[in-house]
Amino acid sequence: MTTSCDVLIVGGGGAGCSAALHMAQRGQRVILLERGLVGSQASGVNYGGVRQQGRNPAELPIARRSHALWMRMPELVGSDVEFSVTGHLKLARNDAEEAELIAYLDTAREHGLALRMVGRNSIHRDYPWLGPKVVAGSFAPEDGSANPRLLSSSLARVARLAGAEIREHTKVTGFAHDGRLFRLTAEDGTEFSAPVLLNMAGYWGGAVAAAFGEAVPIKPLSPNMAVTEPVPFFIEPNLGVVGGNVYLRQIPRGNIIIGGGHGESDVSGGRAWARPLPEVTLEMLGLAVALVPSLVGVQVIRSWTGIDGQMPDRIPVIGPSGTMPGLFHAFGFSGHGFQLGPGVGAIMTELVLDGHTDVPLAPFRIGRWRDAA
Amino acid sequence: MKLRRLRDAGRPRILLTLEGEALEAQAGDTLLTALLAGGAGHLRDSEFGDGPRAGFCLMGACQDCWVVVEGQGRVRACATLAEDGMRVKRG
Amino acid sequence: MRIAVVGAGPAGVRAVQTLVAAGHRPAWLDEAPDGGGRIYQRPPAALNRDAKMLYGFEAKRATALHDTLDAMKPRTDWRPDTFVWHIRPGVKRLQTLHRGVQAVVDYDAVLLCTGAMDRVVPVPGWTLPGVTTMGAAQIALKTQGCGIGSRVAFLGSGPLLWLVAYQYARAGADVVAVLDTTSFATKARAAFGLLRGGATFAKGLYYIGWLRAHGIRIDEGVTPVAIEGAGSGVTGLDWRDARGRAQRVDCDAVGIGWGLRPEAQLADLAGIPFRFDAIQHNWVPERDLAGRTSVEGHYLAGDGAGIGGAEVAELAGARAALALLQDAGAAVDAAEAARLDRALTAAGRFRVALERASPYPAHLAAGLPDDTILCRCEGLRVGELRAAAAEEYPAGRAPEMNRAKAFTRTGMGRCQGRVCGAAAAEILAAALGVPVDAIGRLRGQPPVKPIPIVAPPAEAVP
Repeated sequence: MTTSCDVLIVGGGGAGCSAALHMAQRGQRVILLERGLVGSQASGVNYGGVRQQGRNPAELPIARRSHALWMRMPELVGSDVEFSVTGHLKLARNDAEEAELIAYLDTAREHGLALRMVGRNSIHRDYPWLGPKVVAGSFAPEDGSANPRLLSSSLARVARLAGAEIREHTKVTGFAHDGRLFRLTAEDGTEFSAPVLLNMAGYWGGAVAAAFGEAVPIKPLSPNMAVTEPVPFFIEPNLGVVGGNVYLRQIPRGNIIIGGGHGESDVSGGRAWARPLPEVTLEMLGLAVALVPSLVGVQVIRSWTGIDGQMPDRIPVIGPSGTMPGLFHAFGFSGHGFQLGPGVGAIMTELVLDGHTDVPLAPFRIGRWRDAA
Repeated sequence: MKLRRLRDAGRPRILLTLEGEALEAQAGDTLLTALLAGGAGHLRDSEFGDGPRAGFCLMGACQDCWVVVEGQGRVRACATLAEDGMRVKRG
Repeated sequence: MRIAVVGAGPAGVRAVQTLVAAGHRPAWLDEAPDGGGRIYQRPPAALNRDAKMLYGFEAKRATALHDTLDAMKPRTDWRPDTFVWHIRPGVKRLQTLHRGVQAVVDYDAVLLCTGAMDRVVPVPGWTLPGVTTMGAAQIALKTQGCGIGSRVAFLGSGPLLWLVAYQYARAGADVVAVLDTTSFATKARAAFGLLRGGATFAKGLYYIGWLRAHGIRIDEGVTPVAIEGAGSGVTGLDWRDARGRAQRVDCDAVGIGWGLRPEAQLADLAGIPFRFDAIQHNWVPERDLAGRTSVEGHYLAGDGAGIGGAEVAELAGARAALALLQDAGAAVDAAEAARLDRALTAAGRFRVALERASPYPAHLAAGLPDDTILCRCEGLRVGELRAAAAEEYPAGRAPEMNRAKAFTRTGMGRCQGRVCGAAAAEILAAALGVPVDAIGRLRGQPPVKPIPIVAPPAEAVP
């Protein structure tokens, strides 16, 4: 038996669940198909940074759009998903890194992103717990963090209330188009059809695109994360560094979440897995100590990773298919899709239902590698 | 919580401090024994406001007996031998 | 061939003995300074180590195990005080921490003998200083000569309840009550099967008889109500007896415990599949009678592979070592392997009867009041987990344990769900209206226990 609807979405991360919500709010009959539980991979197990600072300039218009949705999160999903505007402080550890921070100020200004330098004279006065290796920082007051474990499922819940159907544990194994409708077959044989298909399947989005004749050079990406025991709250901003080899934030409960480097994964088998790597965990902890020396002696209680998709140019694929009318892509967020997710869902809805969106998507087109060749 | 010494209680005395206050214990005591037999009452407070804690499993599994030893940092009181002169703070 | 054995309790000691006898020199890692496991943990050197006093009926067994332990240390790469916090089955590497120093141990085959800890059910007031596990009460007495208080009550079920109460009373403690949540009728029904246990069963009867003969208050089929306390101590224990009447005893310490649960985190991280053992009411790593698993080169023995007790652990350790040797192409004593298999099979039958005589009181966990602390580490209450089973929960209904952990932080603290996990599963399953084995189990994540952040070597920082 085939279940038909207006829009099929493959992938229940933050972006997919947001798309389901926005589509349903506009009266579309939506079915979202998720291979596990919603938010099980990149969207659910990431660092939780809700950051605009430091992004590729091409992503900033989406980030700005998403920021507006993050600010309305309680209204949108009925809870704040622990989103907190703490500011994001990006740190420089030498002259070259400081120059990079200064150079980005212009980019931020162009896109209306509030950003100010915290120079050599004030960085240690304003943040006395930073170590001597830190020479400067730039502070984005609108940025913050949220609990990644809550975002996708909270969006999915309200999407359901709005009429969307969210089917978890539904792995799509067959992708076809009969000239009129997309026809998707799940592992258990269930069939789904719709005139519109949104490919929002993270790393697995690469396989969906390939099924419609537009393979892209995507690789699995597993950011290595760890969290400490709760210690008295002292790190207010979300912290990053130029180059991104370590990042950390503290939640008001006291736990410090630290990320850096990559774990290992295997996506070849039927049951994909990803694990943090102990040596990577230890290395990133060392880098974290260089930023915040008082972390020495604090206990790490858990480490983890998940599977995201990384594109060679580190920005996602977003936009209509180049081969198949009715197919739209938004995948391969390359390790920084959490902040973008809510906005991407809104943008995809406009793209599909209105035929256009105000956000410039040209840099994200799926044909960019073919163009280059 | 006050541990009661039931046997083998005539061992050499050692002296520790807890939060600066002197506390007498015996050679061979774990830090947990030294503190809780010596009248400390508890070892730490829950970070989440639900009261004092004094360990639970005594086998290094429950993670509810962390204390701070000067020079050693945070240790599990149940799995650390008390030594003469140790300066301890609640964890 | 590089062989590693994790754990130096009864299973680990007999495994190493078997490996050494076959000419190997395994790496042998144990978290404690002196081995012996929890059951035969020796007191620090400053204390009296008289085996008869410490181990009672088990003195001969304990002494024999300690003798073998000490004899094996120089014949292995013995690494005490060494905690294995991660395992990578693909590259066969253990990540270890020894007095603050990280190191790796590579292996071709590993035998995990990681033991067990108490299985508990929260009781209102159970985080008060003065409330410990039954195992903790025993360790305090055995290795420190201390009771957990002056007027001690014991609450729980299973052999350890009676043994620890007996040991306390013998040591001169004031045991004010021994409260068994299992009814006399349940135990009586299992009595026939328990007869298979021979000496073990007889010892249990002896402890109960001794306690009765010494006028110690015993109540069976109880329902715990609350542990009361003031400031930093316990003042009393309230329960309802089998006829529903309110009962109370003044006390300053309470030992609680309902059997044991495997410390199987390394098996989990090694990718060994788990199954729900309905008899033990525990998730256990899958292995065959000899301790082989589906992950090549990875073997399990002792309570970490499913609760069997110390005697079984000794047999299983020796048997798993033979399996490892056999798989490596060595000629092993087939008669000895067959003897161990027979003994393990017989012991398994007794175990079933023992579990039936003291079943995990799932209903007590499922019925806890909303305001009882569930997750000690995170200070979370029962109601916070229960709420996640409702459709209207802000993040949606949590259909399984790891999702409930993700939403509520239950089992996310320092102990990673060791202590509250079993009860949390009962609470969630009951709230969802499904059997407990339908909601999965808390996934293991490294580190197995907390590891400290250390300062990196100066040159390593860019």
